[in-house]
Amino acid sequence: MGKTLSEKVWDDHVVRTAEGEPDLLFIDLHLIHEVTSPQAFDGLRQAGRQVRRPDLTLATEDHNTPTLNIDRPIADPVSRTQVETLRNNAREFGIRIHSLGDLDQGIVHIIGPQLGLTQPGLTVVCGDSHTSTHGAFGAIAFGIGTSEVEHVLATQTLPQAMPKTMAVNVNGELPVGVTAKDIVLALIAKVGTGGGQGYIVEYRGSTIEALSIEGRMTICNMSIEWGAKAGMIAPDETTFAYIKSRPHAPEGADWDAALAYWRTLRTDPDATFDAEVDLDAAQLTPFVTWGTNPGQGVPLGAEVPDPEIFAEESDRTAATKALEYMALKPGQKMRDIHVDTVFLGSCTNGRIEDLRAAAGVIRGHHVAESVRMLVVPGSARVRLQAESEGLDVIFKDAGAEWRAAGCSMCLGMNPDQLSPGERAASTSNRNFEGRQGKGGRTHLVSPLVAAATAVTGTLSSPADLSGTR
Amino acid sequence: MIMDAFTTHTGTALPLRRSNVDTDQIIPAVYLKRVTKTGFEDGLFAAWRNDPNFVLNLPRYTGATILIAGPDFGTGSSREHAVWALQNYGFRVVIGSRFGDIFRSNSGKAGLLIAVVHQKIIEELWDLVEEHPAAPITVDLVERQITAEGFHTEFEIDDYTRWRLIEGLDDIGLTLRHVDHIDAFERNRAAYKPKTLPAKVASSS
Repeated sequence: MGKTLSEKVWDDHVVRTAEGEPDLLFIDLHLIHEVTSPQAFDGLRQAGRQVRRPDLTLATEDHNTPTLNIDRPIADPVSRTQVETLRNNAREFGIRIHSLGDLDQGIVHIIGPQLGLTQPGLTVVCGDSHTSTHGAFGAIAFGIGTSEVEHVLATQTLPQAMPKTMAVNVNGELPVGVTAKDIVLALIAKVGTGGGQGYIVEYRGSTIEALSIEGRMTICNMSIEWGAKAGMIAPDETTFAYIKSRPHAPEGADWDAALAYWRTLRTDPDATFDAEVDLDAAQLTPFVTWGTNPGQGVPLGAEVPDPEIFAEESDRTAATKALEYMALKPGQKMRDIHVDTVFLGSCTNGRIEDLRAAAGVIRGHHVAESVRMLVVPGSARVRLQAESEGLDVIFKDAGAEWRAAGCSMCLGMNPDQLSPGERAASTSNRNFEGRQGKGGRTHLVSPLVAAATAVTGTLSSPADLSGTR
Repeated sequence: MIMDAFTTHTGTALPLRRSNVDTDQIIPAVYLKRVTKTGFEDGLFAAWRNDPNFVLNLPRYTGATILIAGPDFGTGSSREHAVWALQNYGFRVVIGSRFGDIFRSNSGKAGLLIAVVHQKIIEELWDLVEEHPAAPITVDLVERQITAEGFHTEFEIDDYTRWRLIEGLDDIGLTLRHVDHIDAFERNRAAYKPKTLPAKVASSS
């Protein structure tokens, strides 16, 4: 019987297999940031161990870093210590680091692909759950904890039990104004936040094949939001073209050898998955969340649901608690919800394509008076690219704030945070209670909806601006 | 990391009647800035601790070492600080019906026992503990059993994690026993695979 994509990549990385033990997997690329690595380096020092493969390791600073005044020392002394600890560890162990102010600094999941280090058929790990982003290239990519970071630093391997396989089949043509973000939000609402637990998921079908690599990264990025171990997409001409010009793309004979291997990375026609989910792209509309987990979402044209409609008691309780936290009432139209802040950025939607899409909507309009809009490029290079295209001017002319690269308001760890009770439309990945700042309320949206919402001040789609809805 | 061996634990329990408690709720990001593995107890469930009626603040559960969690506990962020916060606060065991994968894996590495039972059993345990907060509960990893007066159930844990916890084995040390396998794998690895060093960057146009 044939193999699925994930089984092929998995099998190519098994260092050792033994009855009753997890497989020992080789790790091709280990990405590191300041938050989840200090205790791992301490562990190495205590045990007198070295980093086995500095040449397969890359560090950057993103979670704690401010997006204003980046030429000055980080104001928060605790954040500054954490960033300096990473710099010291990188120096001590010979690891490449892209620090704040460096042209290649940025969100860890943006810079790996941008440098051409993320490639098909790799295993990629990082002490960050959104490592699943890299699966868009046909890699097995997953988030790990700090103990595992230490394990990879010391051994370049991880013991892993093989997950089950799942196919998510997305077919049909996406309607205008519907994006990769809407696909994944609709999917999570359908399967629930635990729907992918124990699976490596392969996103496939005509809709996925038609997506840009940026759109594919958006979908794979949110695999963890429905509990999946990893999300993958088979590499194709779109993938190869994206990698070809990147600094770390293979060259000459290496390119030919790599390409020949990459072309084998497809699920065989006679392979079977342990589970399958189907989604009809033609039926999708812009999707937004109303609650406090990414599965609590509805079409933008719908209303806040009544908790009583949920079959499971735990879902009813969760919905009631979520509505209380979000200060929303059942039956309220999503389009009537006012926001205070719009955040465009993050490893989900902080790439150049996202900024272009939002700029296209906001051009010629102005951010509503009651709204502040933060535009935060995912990396320093995305920022430069956007500036070379004049996107910064479009955003600034519209009244938005144009910031330096980082995780920013996605996670409430740096100065960019919501105040208690403040409500945001956010292109990030988590609407958890307090995720964007203590007491903050988050609606997850696509870049198109974010831009339109900034203009109207209520959750909106671009069609609402032009009157073509 | 070298862990203390875990065979059996007896303590009182605390019922957390909530589903989808993600790791941002277990410990918010603002508490993740420390570079040590200790002192995270202040951040545990920080957003809920101001509420005097929050279960962690109820005197009858003071000193509890077993957390009885709702479904989908520990979803979301990969932060191992969530495990450290629970341990720093004094928890040795979390019993639940469904867990986030990364949280469960982190717990196994750090020595926090994750005992999986059916949600019906969780409901029974919640009722039992609310009625008898001082009732000692024993979680026996060797026999995979949870027992209290008038109560008995078995729990699930994968064989490998159970064995490692019982032996208190250092995961990295275990892997390094097979360093010859890693050496051999590296010798056969394709030359076209990317390396981060020497660093290449795009021209700064």
